[in-house]
Amino acid sequence: MASLKDLRNRIASVKATQKITKAMQMVAAAKLRRAQEAAEAARPYSQRMGAVLANITKAVGSNGDAPALMAGTGRDDVHLLVVCTAERGLCGGFNSQIARLAREHVRKLRADGKTVKIITVGKKGNDILRRDFSSLIIDKIELREVKQIGFANADAIAKKVIALFNQGGFDVCTLFYSEFKSVISQVPTAQQLIPAAAPAAGEEDVSGGAVYEYEPEPGEILSDLIPRNISVQIFRALLENAAGEMGAKMSAMDNATRNAGDMINKLTITYNRQRQAQITKELIEIISGAEAL
Amino acid sequence: MAEAFKFELVSPERLLVSEEVQSVVIPGAEGEMTVLAQHAPVMTTIKPGVVTVKSVNGQEERYVVFGGFADILPSGCTLLAESATSVKDIDRAELARRIQEAREDAADAKDDEAKTRAEAFLAQLTTLEGAILPA
Repeated sequence: MASLKDLRNRIASVKATQKITKAMQMVAAAKLRRAQEAAEAARPYSQRMGAVLANITKAVGSNGDAPALMAGTGRDDVHLLVVCTAERGLCGGFNSQIARLAREHVRKLRADGKTVKIITVGKKGNDILRRDFSSLIIDKIELREVKQIGFANADAIAKKVIALFNQGGFDVCTLFYSEFKSVISQVPTAQQLIPAAAPAAGEEDVSGGAVYEYEPEPGEILSDLIPRNISVQIFRALLENAAGEMGAKMSAMDNATRNAGDMINKLTITYNRQRQAQITKELIEIISGAEAL
Repeated sequence: MAEAFKFELVSPERLLVSEEVQSVVIPGAEGEMTVLAQHAPVMTTIKPGVVTVKSVNGQEERYVVFGGFADILPSGCTLLAESATSVKDIDRAELARRIQEAREDAADAKDDEAKTRAEAFLAQLTTLEGAILPA
């Protein structure tokens, strides 16, 4: 049985922990709002980009001179996985969920006899995947110093991926990130980047069926547009991740704060009970001493 | 009074402009062009330059863009810029950095084609610098 002093110390330390988790929760809440705003501000661009891409693929598609980034290499042997995770931990299962999805994917691809290469974005994903597939990781990108993710960060990653593709480093590229559904729900997602999946139908009516003039040629525009689209997709993934990370951190820290509260209550009850027991014991001793006289 | 149409200037980070305007001057890859309402549908890439937006009440607003696309329809015009800033708060250092980078690219371009492209880009940037410096 712990002594009263031990209990007092224990309560004090749990209280200190609670203060920390509470503060972290509030910081995450503030950052979440900013991350969400950034994600929302970036949405129009990717939407418009999707619409433009849909239009132009329709125009080029018939000629069959789509650039390699879109058509792919025609093979399916070497897969590149770009796994985006957070830079920091303490956000519940956020990082491990993404890593788990990626790991399952790697296992499946290897079972099919494909070669797998991995690029990790974010320190935590690298830490987790390094345990199982350290030989497969060809590059890691850390965004630790980046306060607010800018398009330039995403662009740099996209350039790396495209350069690798042009060297014939891989055939298929898949992007792993966590889709931000809501503060309490982030869904790990795999999205194929290269060859670019054709934009969903149903966006066709944007042009109102108009016949476009292209300046320069559609093929040329397309070969400029597709690398940019890859950057945009990566950018979107990074922003969703940032928002998701903060959401996950917020709920994880909320849970931690609540658990600490429960623990304090329990410890306080034990402490009070024990103190009372001691008082009672002392009283009994005094009384029985008095009776003996 | 010219007819108004919808103009949107979007950069990956945010939506900069979304309003009814009279005319927009776009630095197209094949030359500058002015877009008015009821313009024929055109899709063009844009080079680094200045976009001049004339709003309905006649006010002119200038933005610096670094490459991107313009999607022009009779009903409106959408400009997807790689990066866009208002001329008022353009960062000179940023521009200088880009020029420096372009210069390095041009210097270590491997084949002739890449070199021509890098040099063209550099020329566009320096023209741009010249265009906005006196402002």
